[in-house]
Amino acid sequence: MTGIFRVAIIGSGPAGLSAAAHAAALGLAHILLEKTDHLSDTIFKYQKGKHVMATPANLVLRSDIDFEAGKRETILGRWDEQIAARKVNVKLNAEVLKVEGHKGAFRIALRSGEVVDAEAIVLAIGTQGNPNRLRCPGADSPLIQYQLDDPGEYFDEHITVIGSGDAGIENALGLAADPAQRNVVTILNRSADFARAKAANVALLEEAERDGRLIVRRETEPAEVRTRELLLNTRDGQETIRCDRIIARTGSQPPRGFVEAMGVEFSSPEPGSFPKLSPEFETTTPGIHVIGALAGYPLIKHCMNQGYDVIEFLAGNRDLKPADEPLLAEKFAQLPGNRSVAEWLDIFGRNIVVLGDLSVLQLRELMLDSAVHAYQPGEVIFRRNDPGSSMFAIAEGSVAVEVNPNDPSITVGIEQGSIFGEVGLISGRRRGATVRAAEPVVALELPRMAALKLLATSPGAARAVNSIAIERQLLQMFGAGLTRADVAPLVENAELKSVRAGQVVVAEGADDKDIYIIRSGSMIVEKQVGGRPVFLSYLPAGSYFGEMAVIDGSPRTATVKAAIKSEVIRVPGDGFLALLEQNPGLRDKALQQMSARRATNAFIESRKGEFSGAVDLYSQTAQFLVDNGIGEATDVLLIDEKLCIGCDNCERACADSHEGLSRLDREAGRTYAHLHVPTSCRHCEHPHCMADCPPNAIRRGPDGEVFIDETCIGCGNCQRNCPYGVIRMDAKPPKKPSLLQWMLLGKGPGPGEAPYGWRKSEAKKQGLPEAKLAVKCDMCAGIDGGPACVRACPTGAAIRVSPERFLTYTKLAEDTQ
Amino acid sequence: MTAGASRSRFREDETRRDSDHVSFLRHKRFRWAWAALALSLAAAAGYALIDQDPRPNGGSWYGYTLGTIGLGLILWLSLLGVRKRRINPGAWSLKAWTSAHVYLGLSLVVVGTLHTGFQIGWNVHSLAYVLMLLVIATGVYGVVAYTTLPARLSDNRREMTRAQMLDALTAIDRQLDGAAQPLARGEADLVLAALRQSPFAGGALARLTGRYPACQTARALAGMDTASEAQQRVRALLEKRAAQLAQIRGALRIQAALEVWLFLHITLTIALIAALSAHVISVFYYW
Repeated sequence: MTGIFRVAIIGSGPAGLSAAAHAAALGLAHILLEKTDHLSDTIFKYQKGKHVMATPANLVLRSDIDFEAGKRETILGRWDEQIAARKVNVKLNAEVLKVEGHKGAFRIALRSGEVVDAEAIVLAIGTQGNPNRLRCPGADSPLIQYQLDDPGEYFDEHITVIGSGDAGIENALGLAADPAQRNVVTILNRSADFARAKAANVALLEEAERDGRLIVRRETEPAEVRTRELLLNTRDGQETIRCDRIIARTGSQPPRGFVEAMGVEFSSPEPGSFPKLSPEFETTTPGIHVIGALAGYPLIKHCMNQGYDVIEFLAGNRDLKPADEPLLAEKFAQLPGNRSVAEWLDIFGRNIVVLGDLSVLQLRELMLDSAVHAYQPGEVIFRRNDPGSSMFAIAEGSVAVEVNPNDPSITVGIEQGSIFGEVGLISGRRRGATVRAAEPVVALELPRMAALKLLATSPGAARAVNSIAIERQLLQMFGAGLTRADVAPLVENAELKSVRAGQVVVAEGADDKDIYIIRSGSMIVEKQVGGRPVFLSYLPAGSYFGEMAVIDGSPRTATVKAAIKSEVIRVPGDGFLALLEQNPGLRDKALQQMSARRATNAFIESRKGEFSGAVDLYSQTAQFLVDNGIGEATDVLLIDEKLCIGCDNCERACADSHEGLSRLDREAGRTYAHLHVPTSCRHCEHPHCMADCPPNAIRRGPDGEVFIDETCIGCGNCQRNCPYGVIRMDAKPPKKPSLLQWMLLGKGPGPGEAPYGWRKSEAKKQGLPEAKLAVKCDMCAGIDGGPACVRACPTGAAIRVSPERFLTYTKLAEDTQ
Repeated sequence: MTAGASRSRFREDETRRDSDHVSFLRHKRFRWAWAALALSLAAAAGYALIDQDPRPNGGSWYGYTLGTIGLGLILWLSLLGVRKRRINPGAWSLKAWTSAHVYLGLSLVVVGTLHTGFQIGWNVHSLAYVLMLLVIATGVYGVVAYTTLPARLSDNRREMTRAQMLDALTAIDRQLDGAAQPLARGEADLVLAALRQSPFAGGALARLTGRYPACQTARALAGMDTASEAQQRVRALLEKRAAQLAQIRGALRIQAALEVWLFLHITLTIALIAALSAHVISVFYYW
C-alpha cells in the first residue's frame, strides 16, 4: 500500500498492536511500523515459558485483539494469528530514524531509506529505548549484534563482547562456558576495572580469565570494525584481532531524545517524567499521539485499551468514555453527595492546589491509583507513629493537626485545597502527629508511588509540596508554640541540598554557621580522636544538627556525613538565632538538647582514654553496619555469631510461616566482629524495590513492613532493584503434610522450605500454577508474636532492630556478650 | 486489622527493635534460673522439714509429689523438640523455651534425687534415675557447646557460605585440572586422585575429630616435587586446595560438635520416657 496513510503506528507492543487492529477494524488507512523482525519485542524477549499476568483484574479489556494471562508463547502466538486475520498492515524491520512535517503531512524516515507518509502518528514505543550503537567506523557492519539469545548456538567463532556491565559479562561467560563450542571469546572494557557490574559476575569473569577460558582486554576500545577483523585502541597503541562476531552491550538510550526531536514536550526535565498529553493522548505537537508505557501506563491492559481509544479519537469519536469510567464510578460511590464521575474529577482537580497542572487524562490516572475518603468531624485520619508514606490532599473541608502529643487539644489547622502527610512521603518515616477532620472532609490519599509520579510529572506540584514540607518540618522540629509566621523567614532562606552517601555536610573544625535538618536519609556523626575517626551517633531523618556552632559560635566539634543518599534542608544560622531570641522556650529546649548531645560525645571520648579497644570496636561495628544498609533500614535482622549455632531454624520458621518459602538467607551476607547481616529485608525508609513495580504491588503495611501484594505480575524488577538481594522469584509451593504426619509417619519433606524437586513435582501432581512471583519478608505481618525468625532462634542470636535504637554505644559495645 | 491491634503491635515492635542481644542463658535476667533455683530450694526445704514416715522414699506422699513434679517436667521438657518445629500459632519465643529447658532441666537433678530418697538399686526405678542424669549430663555438654563453639564457627566461615566454600573448591579443582596436564604420569595420578576424592570422604569419626588420614590432597602435596615450573604451580594450587578443604572440614567439625550430643540427648530421652513409663506402671501395679 502506498500513498498517504491516515495513521502510522510506531511500535508493535500491546498498545501499538491494539491500535493497529482497531484501525484495521474501522477500515482506516494505517501502517504499523516495527523495528525488529517480529511483533511485540519486549514480550518477545521475555524468557521462554514466562507467565504473563493480566492486571488490574477489574479493568475491562477494550481491544480487537484478545489478551488474558498465560504463557509468553501462547500470547504472542495468538497476537500473530489475530493480526494476520484482521489484515493489519504491518511493516517489520522498519526502524524509524526521523519524523518531519506536521499534522496532516508527516514524513517518517526509516533506516532502510524508505519514507512513510501519514496524516497522524501514534507513538507506542515503550520506554526500553534502543541499544547504544558503537561509535567507531564500521558501526553498521553485519558482524555486530545487540542481543544474545542463546550462547549455545555459536561454534568455532572468534567473538568479541563489548561492554563492561553485567549484560556484557554474562554474555561473554555464556559464550565461553562450554569448551566444546571452541569459541575464542574476548571481552573489551574501556576502563581498567569492572565497576558497573555485580561483584559476583566480576569474580566469575576473573576466574575464567585465569583459567584461560576467555580473554579480558582492559583499557581497550574498538577503533574500527572491518571484515572479520576488529581494530582496537589499547593503552599501548593499536592492535588488530580476528573477529567473526561482535556482541555490543553498551547500554541503551532512553527514547526521550527521539520523541523530543519531534517537538514533543515533556512535563519536566526529571528522567521519570512523561510527555504532556491531552485527554485524547495528543502531545504538544499536533497530530502526534503517545500511548502505552511511554505515556506512563506500563500495564498491558491499559496499553491495549489506549490503543483502541486513540484510534476512536482519531476516527472522530469525541464522546468515548475511557475504559476506567466504571472503576472511577465505583471509587466515587462511597463519597457523599451523589455526584457523577465528571463532577468529582472537576472538584478534585479544581480545589486541590497541587493537582492544578494536571490534564484530565493524568487526573483520571491519579484517581485510579489513589483512594478517596470522606471523614466526619473529629474522625481520626491517621495517628502519630502510624507508618505511612502516602500523602493526603483536602478536596473539601479542613483538618486539625495535634501538634503536642501530650495535649490533643492543641491543634493547628490545614485548610481546603492543601496537603498533609507529606513528611511521611518524603522522609519515609512514621507519622509525626495525629490528624483529625475538623469539619466534614473529602480527601484524596495518594499512595507513595502515585505521589512521586505526580511530583515527577508536575513541576508546580513539586514546588508547592516542597515549600509546604520545609515549613512543616521546621514547625515540627522546633515543637509546639511556633506559628507559620515565626518560621516564614527561615522557610524563605532555606535551601534544599542533595547529599550522596558518604558526603560530608559539616566538617570538624570548620567555622561555617548553618543549621541542617535531615529531610530524607540519615547521617552519622564522627570525631577524630587520637588520629582516628570515632563514631559518635546516628541521626535519622527529621533530626537536626549544626546548632552547637550557631549557639555558642565555636568551630564545628564533629563531622556529620551522610550514611546513605540523603536530602538536607540548610537553614542560615542567623535566622535561627533570631528565632531563638524571640522564643525563650525554644531557646531552653535547644540548649537542653545541645547539652544532652555534648554529654554523649564527652562520654564516648572519655571511654576512648580508658577503653580504647571497646570504642574502636563500637566505632568500626557501627561503620560496618552503616556500610551494609542499616542506615536506611527501619527494621533489620542481625545475627550475633557468638550465639548462632547455625541450626537454620530461623529460615525454617520463616518458610513455615509464609506458604513454604524462606525469605531470608542466614549464611549469606557480611560479618564484622561476629555481628552478621544476613540476606534479609531491611524494610528501607525509601524502598528501592518500590521504584519500578508496574502494578504497584509493593507497599508499606500497617506495621511499617514493606510487602508485596497479590497483584504481583512476576516481572522481577524489584529483585533487580534491591541492592541487598533479598527478593526471590519463585512459584507458590504446594501444601506440605502436617508436622504430626511428618513426625509419626515420615510424610512430606518436614519443617522448613521443601527442596526444589519436591515442590516442583508435587505442584505438577496437584496442577498448581507455576508462575514465579516475587517473594520477600513482610515482617510476619498478621502473625501473633511478631517475626518468626527471631522467635524461632533457640539461643537469642537473631534479633531485629532499628538503626536509631541499635547504633549506640551501649548496644554495640557494652551489652554484647 | 483494627487500629487498636495495630498500635499494640507497634509498641511490641518498638520494644523488640530496642532489644539487646541477650543469650538464652541470660534471658530476661536469668528468669528461669531463678525459677529453677526456687523450685530446687523449695524441694530441698520440704525434704528436710517434712517428717516423712518411715523414711524419705518415693512412696511417701512427699515422694509422690516430687515424682509428679519431676515427671511433669520431663514430659514438658521433651516437648521442646515439637515446639522448635512448630513456631505458629501463638506468640512463642524459642529462646525463652530453651532458657526454661536448660534451667528447669538442671533443677531435675535436685527434684529427681530427692524423689529417690537416696535409695538406689538394680531396678527399673534406678534405671530411670540414671537415664535422667545421663540426659542432663549430655544437656550440660550441649550448653557448653552452644556457648563456646558459635564464635569459632563464625571465625572459620570468614563470611563464606557453605555453598561458596564448595564453589571455591570447584574453582581450584578446575585450575588444578588444567595445571596438571604437563606433569608426568605418577604426579598427574596423585593430582587426579586428589580431585576424585569427595571433600566429605572420611566418615563420621573424621568429621568429628577433623583428622583425615586418607586425604589424597595431603598425599599429593607430599609426593609433589618442585623442580619444574609446572610442578611449582600445581603445588601452589594443591596448597590452596588443602587450605580450602581445611576450612570446609573445620565447618563440618564444629557443626558436628554442635549437633552430635543431640543424638545422645534425644535417644536417652526416649529411653528415659520408656523407663519412666515402666517405673510409673510398676509403682501403681504394686500400690
